[in-house]
Amino acid sequence: MTVGAPGMPAPSQLELDRRAFRARRSRRSTLVALGSTVVFAVVAYLVVTRSPGWPRVQTTFFSLSNARDAFPDILRGLWLNVQVLLVGGVCVVVLGLGIAILRTLRGPALAPLRLLATGYVDLFRGMPLIITLYLVGFGLPALRLQGLPTSPFVLGTLAIVLTYSAYVAEVFRAGIESVHPSQRAAARSLGLTHRQTMRIVVLPQAVRNVTPALLNDFVALQKDVGLISVLGAVDAVRSAQIAVGQTFNFTPYVVAGLLFVLLAVPSARIADGVAARARRRQQSGSVL
Amino acid sequence: MRRRPFALAVLATTALAVSACAPQESAGDSSASGSGSCAPADLATVAEDTLTVATDEPAYEPWVVDDDPTSGEGYESAVAYAVAEQLGYSEDQVEWTRVPFNSAISPGDKPFDFDINQFTINPDREQAVDFSSPYYTATQAVITIGGSAAEGATSLADLADLRLGAQVATTSLTVLTDVIDPSTDPVVFNTNDDAKLALQNGQVDAIVVDLPTAFYITSAELDDGVIVGQVADSGESGDQFGLLLAKDSPLTDCVSQAVDALEADGTLADLQQQWLSEAADAPVLN
Repeated sequence: MTVGAPGMPAPSQLELDRRAFRARRSRRSTLVALGSTVVFAVVAYLVVTRSPGWPRVQTTFFSLSNARDAFPDILRGLWLNVQVLLVGGVCVVVLGLGIAILRTLRGPALAPLRLLATGYVDLFRGMPLIITLYLVGFGLPALRLQGLPTSPFVLGTLAIVLTYSAYVAEVFRAGIESVHPSQRAAARSLGLTHRQTMRIVVLPQAVRNVTPALLNDFVALQKDVGLISVLGAVDAVRSAQIAVGQTFNFTPYVVAGLLFVLLAVPSARIADGVAARARRRQQSGSVL
Repeated sequence: MRRRPFALAVLATTALAVSACAPQESAGDSSASGSGSCAPADLATVAEDTLTVATDEPAYEPWVVDDDPTSGEGYESAVAYAVAEQLGYSEDQVEWTRVPFNSAISPGDKPFDFDINQFTINPDREQAVDFSSPYYTATQAVITIGGSAAEGATSLADLADLRLGAQVATTSLTVLTDVIDPSTDPVVFNTNDDAKLALQNGQVDAIVVDLPTAFYITSAELDDGVIVGQVADSGESGDQFGLLLAKDSPLTDCVSQAVDALEADGTLADLQQQWLSEAADAPVLN
């Protein structure tokens, strides 16, 4: 609807006035938004920097030299977090999907499997991760069985997989149940078996539906891998803690926190991209 | 147009709310700062006529017996009461409070006059808090359980290839990484309790703790505990425990004087004799 579009009459004076009014209003609200943001930022800045404790807070939490000293160790620790994240992430998806499928099995003979899966989800979704970590990390090795791992890396990853697969199983189950029953009925009427229906018809749609939720859980997992430090693994959080203990300066925590944020940003963008792609696909050919 | 006053009001209220929580003048602490006298009446303590002493929860033996610092039993509990007495406070005027490690070292007002919890004095930490004169000088020791790979080690080199652990934020950990310098990364625990558990589980071969704790753990807590030995070179300045006070606390000088007096008249040595096992029979690892 541009002015003087071919085949269109020139807009009336009334329409031009309307447009000018709208443009003025939008300029004005931009300016107001800008102004209020600046006022808020200045007030917040002044309040923080002129508070009586600010110099202490600045040297305790934002000391450049402390950050520089602690950075290499924290970065080395973060690599451990990334390893746990990658190994754990894959195991969580596989195990979670398996449990979700068990929970959605039909048929009276399979009741024990369903019960088992339900019990698993109830237990590990309800148990605080830190307690699962302690029980797995210090309890399993206490059995002193031959061949059982004692490394905090393996045990910590195991505990995280147990907890997160319970969450992810529920996400998958929600996805599976979000597929309309008519899809299943149609597949069965075509002669597909239950297994084929699941694999060819239900799961592809289910996974697509819950991808944003899964990526959200992945970001949560990224932070929670920091908890394996309670088992003795020297990860980013623990490296920061060691540096804090030596100097009584909290800057290393801030450094570790920022590194975790940096780690989470790409996943967040990927999640946004996946969601946008799904929207485009579902709305292809029409605009809403 | 009609909305604008509302929007402005919201903004103003927000700004007010934000600024309202800031300009608090901490009352009391700026006035009296170490004006010479150390009598209770002149000391700017947290609570008037009361000496508020902090330690962590739980507190461990042999520093505090049965996690009850008010009993005066255990070396640190006894030292706290001795310091209080030296300053002129009666036993009833000593109030105990529990403060976790991180809040003890964080900036800001502290809920205690001093904290006694095996804080090692070092120059980095002195940027953040005040320390009194040292009330104990500890050496670090390596302990293990019978049958572990570390049993029978006679030198630091024997330990270097084993899996060793220590508690985070302790001198034990510093000594482990800097002096013993093991070939595999040290395992770092939240508490000595976790470290003990891992030692019993075989997740680590040995752990590093300070010597009095080593005697206590191996004799009272582990079924088959063994002291491998004490680390001869426990860091360049030794491991001196000081009472921890808020940075620039007006009490630091008085508390230090009290500790110095207790050191000079032999009280500290007596209390060590009473509560901490003798270090003489632990072999030295070089």
